[in-house]
Amino acid sequence: MPSTPHVQTGDGAARPHLARHVRLRFDPARQRHVLLTPEAVSVLNGTGAAILGLCDGTRTVSEIAAELHGRYARVDDDEVRLFLDRLAARRCLEVDQGEARRG
Amino acid sequence: MASAAVDRPFGLLAELTYGCPLHCPYCSNPLDLAAYADELTTAEWLRVLAEARALGVLQLHLSGGEPLLRRDLTEIVRSASELGLYTNLITSALGLTPRRAGQLRAAGLDHVQISVQADEPALSDRLAGTPSFARKLAAARLVKELGWPLTLNVVLHRHNVDRVGRVLALAEELGADRIELAHTQYYGWALRNRAGLLPSRAQLESAEAVVRAARARLEGRMEVIYVLPDYHGRYPKPCMGGWGRRQLTVIPNGEVLPCPTAHTLPLPRASVREHSLAWIWECSPVFQRFRGTDWMPDPCRSCPRREVDFGGCRCQAFALTGDAARTDPVCHLSPDHGIVAAAVQAADEAAQSPAAVLTPRPNPSRRARPQSSGRAAHRA
Repeated sequence: MPSTPHVQTGDGAARPHLARHVRLRFDPARQRHVLLTPEAVSVLNGTGAAILGLCDGTRTVSEIAAELHGRYARVDDDEVRLFLDRLAARRCLEVDQGEARRG
Repeated sequence: MASAAVDRPFGLLAELTYGCPLHCPYCSNPLDLAAYADELTTAEWLRVLAEARALGVLQLHLSGGEPLLRRDLTEIVRSASELGLYTNLITSALGLTPRRAGQLRAAGLDHVQISVQADEPALSDRLAGTPSFARKLAAARLVKELGWPLTLNVVLHRHNVDRVGRVLALAEELGADRIELAHTQYYGWALRNRAGLLPSRAQLESAEAVVRAARARLEGRMEVIYVLPDYHGRYPKPCMGGWGRRQLTVIPNGEVLPCPTAHTLPLPRASVREHSLAWIWECSPVFQRFRGTDWMPDPCRSCPRREVDFGGCRCQAFALTGDAARTDPVCHLSPDHGIVAAAVQAADEAAQSPAAVLTPRPNPSRRARPQSSGRAAHRA
């Protein structure tokens, strides 16, 4: 049953981080980054890996988008937000609102 | 290294032992459990994990039987974790003491799935064949206390499917992050007990309504996974995502299989005691036999869904028709579909009659093998 993803990354001030059961790893066998969850493996493209690498619980969604603009010629902010929202809906990402986490 | 023609596997199911303190009548372990008692040693498992990682495996599912019966489980988890594998323990939770759990946490275990048989002790213990419900709940709380995410696994059948709402309430009370409500798959002991386990259509419809409502209510708090019963579907399940395509299974005696029940098929054996995992994955006859679509008969061969469900399950085709190369009889297009339709109809009729007696799966004795012994005497 498909469910509509909640818009959880909000207004850009949210600070996403990987859920504690989710692992972002580089797979040398495939030469790609992968996102590991209990039942699924997602093979990421370069942009996906870059976005998730920035989801450290201290950067806001807006800061993540800004950093991507510095690295890539073409970055669609809406696509970044949609990517994060989809992962939040799958509970791969958790979102802190407000103050940045320490550590 | 994998050739271009063969995809790399993502997941390894390690069935560490078929020993189990539970006696669930829906178990899909082999009927001849004693034939698998010559278990791989610790050193052999560590070698298998390293070979699996080199082959591209990213997820390790530790199961059985009851994996906690292996005294080297912590060592296996530590090694897997160091290799970069995502480690998932699938357990009855019997034996998950605070001490053991702490060791596994320290060794890097990523995720724990605990089975419960029902929402209350009397039925859960009766289905498990041993007093276990209270210990499972204690272990589930321990998992949460240690900061692990918790998944509850519940196998559904005629005797507990009407209680699915209460099972979901239990999961909520325990603070589970995920619950997998999976209908019984009819292999091994479950197939033997099918007449006593298969639910009626009316039961399924009620359960599905409860699950739909719970999903909406729990969205964002608990993930509810509902695995449909394939006997009641129009199309078969895409078994293992295709034969030898994404997953492999190593069973307690070191045989490597495309799925955990493929030992039932009349195919040549392949063992990590005789070959590398890479050779078995890429070249062994057992992995080649049903890979891709060339082996398919009609109606699969000309079906637009042939790369959606891959012809369904080879083990189910063999168990129900005696020919592993036929279309899975759960498909409504299969010429053998009448076999499944008759079982479903019998279940609808049996809903009115007293429950059939279920045969509990026994607990086999295991052979402890010294680390230094060489190649095992192999099953013919």
